[in-house]
Amino acid sequence: MLGGPLRSAAGGAAQVDVEAVNIRELLTGLGDAHPKLKPIIDKGVAVSIDGQIYRDAWFQPISPDSEVHVLMPLAGG
Amino acid sequence: MTAIAVAATINGEATSFLCEAEETLLDALRDRLGLTGAKEGCGTGDCGACSVVLDGRLVCSCLVLGAEAEGREVETIEGMALGDHLHPLQQKFLDHAALQCGVCTPGFLVAAKALLDQNPSPTEEEVRFGLAGNLCRCTGYDKIVRAVMDAAESMRDGR
Amino acid sequence: MTNSETGLKERQFKIVGTRPLRPDGIDKVTGRARFGADMAAPGMLVGKILRSPHAHARIRSIDATKALVLPGVKAVVTHEDFAEVGADLQDVLENVMAQDKALYDGHAVAAVAAISAGVARKALRLIEVDYEILPHVTDVEAAMAAEAPVLHDDIVTSGVEPAPKTPSNVVHRHEFGHGDVAEGLAQADVVIEHDFKTAATHQGYIEPHACVGSVGPDGQGELWCCTQGHFWVRNTCAALLGMDVSHLRVTASEIGGGFGGKTTVFIDPVALALSRKAGRPVKIVMSREEVFRASGPTSSTAMTVKIGVRRDGRITAGEAVLKFQGGAFAGSPVDLGAMTAFACYDLEHVKTVAYDVVTNRPKQAAYRAPGAPMAAFAVESVIDELASKIGMDPIELRLKNAVENGSQSSYGPKFGPVGLVETLVAAREHEHYTAPLGANQGRGIASGFWFNFGGQTCVSLNINADGSVALAVGTPDIGGSRASMGQMAAEELGIGYDKVRTIVADTASLGYNDISEGSRVTFSTGLATIQAARDAIGKLCGRAAQTWGISPDAVVWEDGYARPAGANAGEFPPLSLAEIAETAAKTGGPIAGHCEVNAAGAGVSFATHLVDAEVDPETGRAKILRYTVVQDAGKAIHPSYVEGQYQGGAVQGVGWALNEEYIYGEDGRLQNPSFLDYRIPVASDLPMIDTVIVEVPNPGHPYGVRGVGETSIVPPLAAIANAVSAAAGVRLTELPMSPPRVLRGIDEAAANGKA
Ligand code: FES
Ligand code: FES
Repeated sequence: MLGGPLRSAAGGAAQVDVEAVNIRELLTGLGDAHPKLKPIIDKGVAVSIDGQIYRDAWFQPISPDSEVHVLMPLAGG
Repeated sequence: MTAIAVAATINGEATSFLCEAEETLLDALRDRLGLTGAKEGCGTGDCGACSVVLDGRLVCSCLVLGAEAEGREVETIEGMALGDHLHPLQQKFLDHAALQCGVCTPGFLVAAKALLDQNPSPTEEEVRFGLAGNLCRCTGYDKIVRAVMDAAESMRDGR
Repeated sequence: MTNSETGLKERQFKIVGTRPLRPDGIDKVTGRARFGADMAAPGMLVGKILRSPHAHARIRSIDATKALVLPGVKAVVTHEDFAEVGADLQDVLENVMAQDKALYDGHAVAAVAAISAGVARKALRLIEVDYEILPHVTDVEAAMAAEAPVLHDDIVTSGVEPAPKTPSNVVHRHEFGHGDVAEGLAQADVVIEHDFKTAATHQGYIEPHACVGSVGPDGQGELWCCTQGHFWVRNTCAALLGMDVSHLRVTASEIGGGFGGKTTVFIDPVALALSRKAGRPVKIVMSREEVFRASGPTSSTAMTVKIGVRRDGRITAGEAVLKFQGGAFAGSPVDLGAMTAFACYDLEHVKTVAYDVVTNRPKQAAYRAPGAPMAAFAVESVIDELASKIGMDPIELRLKNAVENGSQSSYGPKFGPVGLVETLVAAREHEHYTAPLGANQGRGIASGFWFNFGGQTCVSLNINADGSVALAVGTPDIGGSRASMGQMAAEELGIGYDKVRTIVADTASLGYNDISEGSRVTFSTGLATIQAARDAIGKLCGRAAQTWGISPDAVVWEDGYARPAGANAGEFPPLSLAEIAETAAKTGGPIAGHCEVNAAGAGVSFATHLVDAEVDPETGRAKILRYTVVQDAGKAIHPSYVEGQYQGGAVQGVGWALNEEYIYGEDGRLQNPSFLDYRIPVASDLPMIDTVIVEVPNPGHPYGVRGVGETSIVPPLAAIANAVSAAAGVRLTELPMSPPRVLRGIDEAAANGKA
């Protein structure tokens, strides 16, 4: 699932299918499938797997039945 | 620029220092004497972080010139504890977690001591108005007010 | 929710949850603690910065000849003294020192180092800057207009189709949400839409930015500064100066408040550049005026919110359009506002649109839950009005729609175990909620959400030969975190709290640590501390096993002692941590535990605030009479500091709601850069701030901790607006609710025959 502006960069798709066993593969796969997403991903995105948010964690495993969201980066105060 | 020689009593000790004519007491304490307990939060008399007691009166040391200390008595946060014995206000600030970052704390303690010297049994409202010249951005003042009230009580009880 | 439901095993804590004194306490009550400005170095010079008096101007030339010949002046720097940086740091660099344009009143254009403050000030007046004054814009909506003066030629709005061809002040348009809002609104019995505005406010930390920088002729640098993240400062300064990261060591001083505002650099690279040129250490301390004019306030905003509800209290759809100006550079927290706006509610149809806008104001810096308080102000105001329209109790309405474990969030993912419902129920049950109110008094309630973060963390825990423990963390302590870390280490090791000493180590002593931001410290550094303690325990058990001549697997750690795991392991008297430590030299050398982690699993948190306000109908002045904060902490390690975060957040919210405001004149200059004219709450403005700590454990932390520092500023703007609106008898939609504004609201309502 793509959050917010990532969606329009992926040509309006709210949901895209990518084969990936971890976050790194997910992001590479997304960038390859939707080149417009690549600069956004390179700038930094957050990924949530089953509700848990990860900021930079390439090797976080993703299991086949996980619910995955790619979100805009988060920053705090 | 010629420096002015100033002789004052600081925390009970005869002290002399040189300062420039336009130099504030706050800068003189901090830069000339290494007494960095008083802080500059604004430099304009609005935050109370620089509070010291000058001849028994609470002042913002950022609004006083160093040269004005000549022949007078200055009390700063560094003189508040007696040796390793904390003043009740200091102890109560610790007990009540009345500081978060702690940058406002020296000013609050000096101001609170001046308040209790004048009024040993202040009401909550009197504490709030008495400390209204001191800004704290971290605590919301709740724990500070409680610490001061509690310190007042323990000082009255002679504890 | 019980611990077992969230997967955390029930655990009886000995030290966690108590309120020990903090390790830095004595220094802070005696004046000994050294903050940013309390450092001095031998031969130190004073650095001062020349700032643009213009809101927008091209810099044709800078001539420092006269300043440089003034006796006592040792160096002058401009943007030419900094290195070329990558795109990611370009804005940081340009904000530190203007390049071809000054973009706001207060923008740094040059700096000098001199033997005294007096000489440095004189030198600043001798630097000649040739400005070509340009038209400026400081209001968010004015900046979006087609005819607005454009700040950056290279900003072309992204996120709109077809892609525009000309530059604009609108950096992007982003859309978030799910479902179909039109369809949802069609199902509603009542729909309310309002426009809202909030003013820019400053973090208002009492300690101005301060640093001492020193770069030697060998290119080795040292920096002492007050920051929320000295590792980030090191990396950024090294890049801006073209140094190797390892050639710069940064020590974080005690920090006199940050709230997000000390997560970037302003003066630090300047002090280093001056020092490199002058060959002596340079100290720079911002004045309060500089803090206001040139360090980060938050965004000012214009927002529109539309929500539909059925008579039974079910929200059918929510929609928000948020426009945030973030000062002279891209990056306002509008996306975070858009993601958090409806995060409290389980909605089938929700959409938020975010516009990031640049204006001729200082670059915004993060401020406690960046973006969320404003969005919550707008949404929770409309929710409040909907409740009264359909005649439902406002807590009841929120409970009917509140997110819980498994709800899909408005920003995408599903929530795990969360505590919104618990905070609402606790607020409803609180005696405050039903206490009587007098004339001209009103009660407001609002809820709020914040993500909380994890991030890169490295800690080191050294067991000393006498059994005491030195814990080195890399996250500056902005609110008593050293105490909490010491508690967690002591808890895990099974020793007394007074046996652990926690320090914030410099950048040469530990691996990288992310900034103390996003309420991440107690969570991430706490997690790393627990893991480092467990690492050390493994080694302690190993030494015990060796001593006993049994397998390490046959040793367990219990309450500060290594013991044989069972009867089969053998009969040995338990060895205490101190006993094992004492012989460490003979059993293999020093014993230490380490942890390097990119912590994930920070639990989101929710809060509900209750507030009573009274409005003087003659003057329009609003006063806060009573305030109660209810917030989920997951697990409160040191309850006093958790309460302190709740109270501090609420009171910053009071200032934001009632007084605080960046006021710009026609000339684009900030009109009120002082604590006299920018009025933050003082003790006499306030009542006690009651707190209720709800604990719904976060399954992502060994003890269940959630961040607590930021959520507390999310509900207050709305809660106070709801209270003041109720007291004034008219809906107030613009912050701050200063007396003239409240009075205008009352008068307009009277003219419309409403009041
Ligand atoms: S520094 Fe003196 S009152 Fe603020
Ligand atoms: S404790 Fe930080 S300003 Fe008061």
